[in-house]
Amino acid sequence: MSSSEIRNLRPLLPSWWQPGILLTALIFSIPVLTIASFLLQPSGDVWQHLVDTVLTDYLLNSALLMIGVALGTLSMGVICAWLTSLCQFPGKKLFVWTLLLPLAMPAYIIAYTYTGMFDFAGPVQTQIRDWTGWGYGDYYFPEVRSLGGAIAMLSLVLYPYVYLLARAAFLEQSVCVIEVSRTLGCSAWSSFYRVALPLARPAIVAGLSLALMETLADYGTVSYFGLGVFTTGIFRTWFGLGDSTAAAKLAAILLLFVFALVVIERWSRHRAQYHHTTNRYRQLPQYRLTGFRAFMAFLGCLLPLLFGFILPAFQLSLWALDTYAIMIDASFIRLTVNTILLGLSTAVLAVLLALFLAYGKRVLANKLVFASVRVVATGYAVPGTIIAVGVIIPLAWFDNTLDAYMRDRFEISTGLLLSGTLFAVMFAYLVRFLAVSIQAVESGLVKIRFSMDEAARSLGYKPMETLFKIHLPLMKGSVLTALLIVIVDVMKELPATLILRPFNFNTLAVRAFELASDERLADSSTAALMIVVVGLLPVILLSKSISSSRAGS
Amino acid sequence: MTSQLDIENLSVSYDDYQVLNQISFSIQPGKIGCFLGPSGCGKTTVLRAIAGFEPVLGGRILIEQVEVSTSHYRVAPENRNIGMIFQDFALFPHLSVAHNIGFGLKSWSSKQRAARVQELLAITGMLAYGQAYPHQLSGGQQQRVALARAMAPQPGLLLMDEPFSSMDVDLREQLAREVRNILKQENITAILVTHDQNEAFAVADTICVMNEGRIQQQDSGYNLYHRPANRFVADFIGQGVIIPATVENQYSVHTELGSIKGTVPINSKAGAAVDVLIRPDDVIHDDKSSETAIVVDKSFRGADFLYFLRMDSGIEVLCLAPSHHNHKINERIGIRLNVDHLVTFERASPHIARRR
Repeated sequence: MSSSEIRNLRPLLPSWWQPGILLTALIFSIPVLTIASFLLQPSGDVWQHLVDTVLTDYLLNSALLMIGVALGTLSMGVICAWLTSLCQFPGKKLFVWTLLLPLAMPAYIIAYTYTGMFDFAGPVQTQIRDWTGWGYGDYYFPEVRSLGGAIAMLSLVLYPYVYLLARAAFLEQSVCVIEVSRTLGCSAWSSFYRVALPLARPAIVAGLSLALMETLADYGTVSYFGLGVFTTGIFRTWFGLGDSTAAAKLAAILLLFVFALVVIERWSRHRAQYHHTTNRYRQLPQYRLTGFRAFMAFLGCLLPLLFGFILPAFQLSLWALDTYAIMIDASFIRLTVNTILLGLSTAVLAVLLALFLAYGKRVLANKLVFASVRVVATGYAVPGTIIAVGVIIPLAWFDNTLDAYMRDRFEISTGLLLSGTLFAVMFAYLVRFLAVSIQAVESGLVKIRFSMDEAARSLGYKPMETLFKIHLPLMKGSVLTALLIVIVDVMKELPATLILRPFNFNTLAVRAFELASDERLADSSTAALMIVVVGLLPVILLSKSISSSRAGS
Repeated sequence: MTSQLDIENLSVSYDDYQVLNQISFSIQPGKIGCFLGPSGCGKTTVLRAIAGFEPVLGGRILIEQVEVSTSHYRVAPENRNIGMIFQDFALFPHLSVAHNIGFGLKSWSSKQRAARVQELLAITGMLAYGQAYPHQLSGGQQQRVALARAMAPQPGLLLMDEPFSSMDVDLREQLAREVRNILKQENITAILVTHDQNEAFAVADTICVMNEGRIQQQDSGYNLYHRPANRFVADFIGQGVIIPATVENQYSVHTELGSIKGTVPINSKAGAAVDVLIRPDDVIHDDKSSETAIVVDKSFRGADFLYFLRMDSGIEVLCLAPSHHNHKINERIGIRLNVDHLVTFERASPHIARRR
């Protein structure tokens, strides 16, 4: 008789816990499974039309966008990570955490801001014309609303992913490895290329795949710039051509890209674990930079921060100062309250589900549960557009089937019961953001040693009592963090909200997007600034934790 | 008198690996038992099976005559009336010392609970620290709180998993004696698991030496040292060497260092070749002795020297000599045997001195 059979005789948790986890995994994989099933569906006329006309463009643009963002985030992220982890120069302490600030800036918001600043009617070009007397067409100025512009915008706000993981990897490298390379005759630079960089490569690749997932998921920027990529293509096909099957087929192809990235990310993280050759850590040796080199290091860290956060935040504030008096009215306040309530209720649900899943995983600890939690936690990689399409198709099917049945049997029309309601919106959010809360809750749980569970059990407490008496009080911080991150993510989310929101229901992000799309950039700034300010909270939490923690100290 | 804990033919396995193989053990109320062995011998698994954290493959466990574990039935840990002290103490960091100690008294009235907590703070000498939090305490103090917390609900059985292993070496023996005194004073039945024989000797009334999932010998510390049942126990407990000998008669064997008197196993005939265990304290340094050996190595241990000696035949023995007998390496010194307990094993080779 195996140990698991014996466990089943004397369950540690209520018997519905494990089936509950499996059911949760099943429910939360419906959107992705729905979309994936479209890979196998027969193609209709519209699909054939897409293949003949725009599909190649979508593929090409998406590929170029990814390559560009990869180059941009890698160069900014790795250089800043190296400078702030292993060099000593003026301002370094400040850069360590301020370099994360662009994370608070959604890509679509930075896109409006730069468009406002640098397009033909913006202050920069107007100033140039004033100085030189040139008119339209007399001079060259790079077009913001282009593929290159989108690459720049996305790189500027996504490089922190690479920075964060690369920096952690540089710091975790044992000092011995780097010192050994120095004693073996490597110079400071060649020990970077030959030792530190290869050791950090898995972490860098993991950070890069996260940045590229966000790139594939982006809708706001590419749509505002009028670029034909997958996410905009899905919207056009759905709302323009009115063909949900073709839209879902597009989504399915996008899903293939996403899963390739998930596989790369998992694989890199797995490899990153094996790179610690020793557990002994000491204060890392720092290259003390002076003079010109210190200046270059300072500049290297300042530029991403300046263009990724300071400049756009400054511009938003200027606009907001101009327009807030008109923009902040009763409806704006209602909008803000709506958004926060939606974020809060989603966050509470997400944290409850995360506790249910993570504690079940800890106590039950079997492969089926591990796999289920992993399935649920993969949602973070799936673009909001895909999730929205994947939510709306099964919900519409359910509503129509129920409606038809009720009419047939009772002559009552139930209409659209679930689709087009807040239920659909929140379900989509949960699919996408549950991973975030699971991660936060698990990071709190792993810090609680198993002997704590056992001590409570030996003192006469059942598993559920142990959860409430021991785990929850000890995890207060992680639970609050999870709540905060989910609220902020919900506030920033754009494409799923656009597709799924009930008629006349708006969030701050949707409002900002609508105003910006109507070329009312200054008017959109109040909502946009609000999103950025709220978005700063988790970034500050994150920066506090990275500046205070280092392995072994 | 009925026993407090009975383990009958207990077997436990992880996947295909058998961790415990037909273990049987009993302990009377008020006694302290110990499972002693090298890491991986299964001693912690015994403890966790008693606590109810490990499922049982075969055999059964009874606590106070009640069946709590069999191959098809397991009482949950919280319903076994046990207390447990963990290797890392597992004090709850969000609760004060007093609340930690009172944690297991949830069904007591608050008045009784407060009184019991005070009583335990007094017993463990922690009266001044009731309001302190675990992170403010030293290792030894945390140890006492863990003991107090486990004792608070008056468990029928107290389980201790390597409770001293995270302590400084000089603190260990003192704490071990303290814990023994408290347990005896409160008449608590307890089981200790450790890899450190000095701890086992200091705390336990009876010790089970374990290896490879089996109990090798259950006895007092004195008997484990002087009457080891087999080569593993002889080797694991204390130091010593095993040297060849020839049976002379029922009461003596002959070795290179002379005859040793004692009881020879009945089935050994005169002239049979056997091995005998020679402890370092069996070999006396005596300048007047006609038997001599060469100092191969030595280690200074404060009050005495442990000498590694080679005799003319090439066989090495250990000798414990007072500290003022400081001899050089390669010096020839006189020795004689003074064996109180003759321990013989069937002949096997080779003979290796164990340097620890």
